[in-house]
Amino acid sequence: MDAQTIIARRVAKELKSGNLVNLGIGIPTLVANYVPSDLKVFFQSENGLIGTGPIPEQGMAHPTLTDAGGRPISALPGASTFDSAMSFGLIRGGHVDVTVLGGLQVDAHGHLANWMIPGKMVPGMGGAMDLVSGAKRVIVAMQHAAKGKSKIVAKCTLPLTSARPVSLVVTDMAVIGFPDGKATLLETAPGVSVGEVMAVTDAELAVPDSVPEMKI
Amino acid sequence: MKAVSVEEAVAMIPAGASVMVGGFMAVGTPERLLDEIVRQQKNGLTLISNDAATPGKGVGKLFDAALVSRLIATHIGLNPKAQQQMLANQIAVDLIPQGTFVERIRAGGCGLGGVLTPTGVGTLVAEGKRQIEVDGKPFLLETALRAQFALVHAFLADYLGNLAYALTSRNFNPVMAMAADTVIVTADNIVPVGVIAPDHVVTPAPLVDFLITNG
Repeated sequence: MDAQTIIARRVAKELKSGNLVNLGIGIPTLVANYVPSDLKVFFQSENGLIGTGPIPEQGMAHPTLTDAGGRPISALPGASTFDSAMSFGLIRGGHVDVTVLGGLQVDAHGHLANWMIPGKMVPGMGGAMDLVSGAKRVIVAMQHAAKGKSKIVAKCTLPLTSARPVSLVVTDMAVIGFPDGKATLLETAPGVSVGEVMAVTDAELAVPDSVPEMKI
Repeated sequence: MKAVSVEEAVAMIPAGASVMVGGFMAVGTPERLLDEIVRQQKNGLTLISNDAATPGKGVGKLFDAALVSRLIATHIGLNPKAQQQMLANQIAVDLIPQGTFVERIRAGGCGLGGVLTPTGVGTLVAEGKRQIEVDGKPFLLETALRAQFALVHAFLADYLGNLAYALTSRNFNPVMAMAADTVIVTADNIVPVGVIAPDHVVTPAPLVDFLITNG
């Protein structure tokens, strides 16, 4: 199983029936593919839709029904549409149960940096800062390391997305939570040892006596 | 509301004007107005728009023609031309969180001085802004945002100027239709009064100054 599939499958386990969920771009988008069909999850698209459905069949796309990247999507029975003030009212107002976002760095206290690399990549934060400020649970879905460098760092060197810590980080190697504000190893990916996780993690990680393997 | 041609409408916009444009990645954007702004070469614009779309689409056309001098937006990562113009200091860019962007415009349209939001506290966004505590929680004071012109796209407009929108092309349009001195609208369909039921009108007619007639 490749890294992205491991992450997406594990994050999907966090979603519960009735949840209103907002998925960011990249790996988070894949999470929708692994939600069991009997689970009634509402996906929000920040451009003004609850009840996003799959990409429409060839020839069925409509220019007024798109995701936040401007790509054609469909709407499921029971979907609703609204303007951007309502969409971000839902996000900032604590009505979104779970948001899943990509990350560049997460630090030992759960702070996320995911919106710019000064001097290199300045695309703008879009909806990310509001999502991290307002969603009930914030899950970061990202590779554990990039180009051999840990993305779980002692302190973020990149500009923070929010002063509010995230709830959970799911990588291709581990699940990390922040009980009492301290990065803690909760699970390891199949075939990955605690030692291997520690070896590629810059942040100090608390390790409980027993660390179960991810069930995916 | 007055019905006008697209040429007449854009002739009213002076070079250097501040212009809000509805749409999200060019979905729900008044393309005919943007094409005409390019044809009439209205330059030096302050553009207030969620994103920079992509080259050749929506507000992306304004960057293709180098007509923007200042941009207030939330994300421009999908338009390399807008990024190049920003990095070359040809345009001044304010990037702000999307929820803050829409609330500042809503405040501008609703007679509020601004809003208090938790978004951006403790980040680069907070620099130079007043932080205010309410019930022990920190918020940033984000001031209201208005423009001289709002360019809005609707799915339906009736002969009086009542507007209804379609699916995700609604986005910023109804909020911007409240927040500008002059509101100019294009619509996919112009319909008789009564076709849009009162409960389905999203933007009431008195907010619309000009409706672009079918070409």
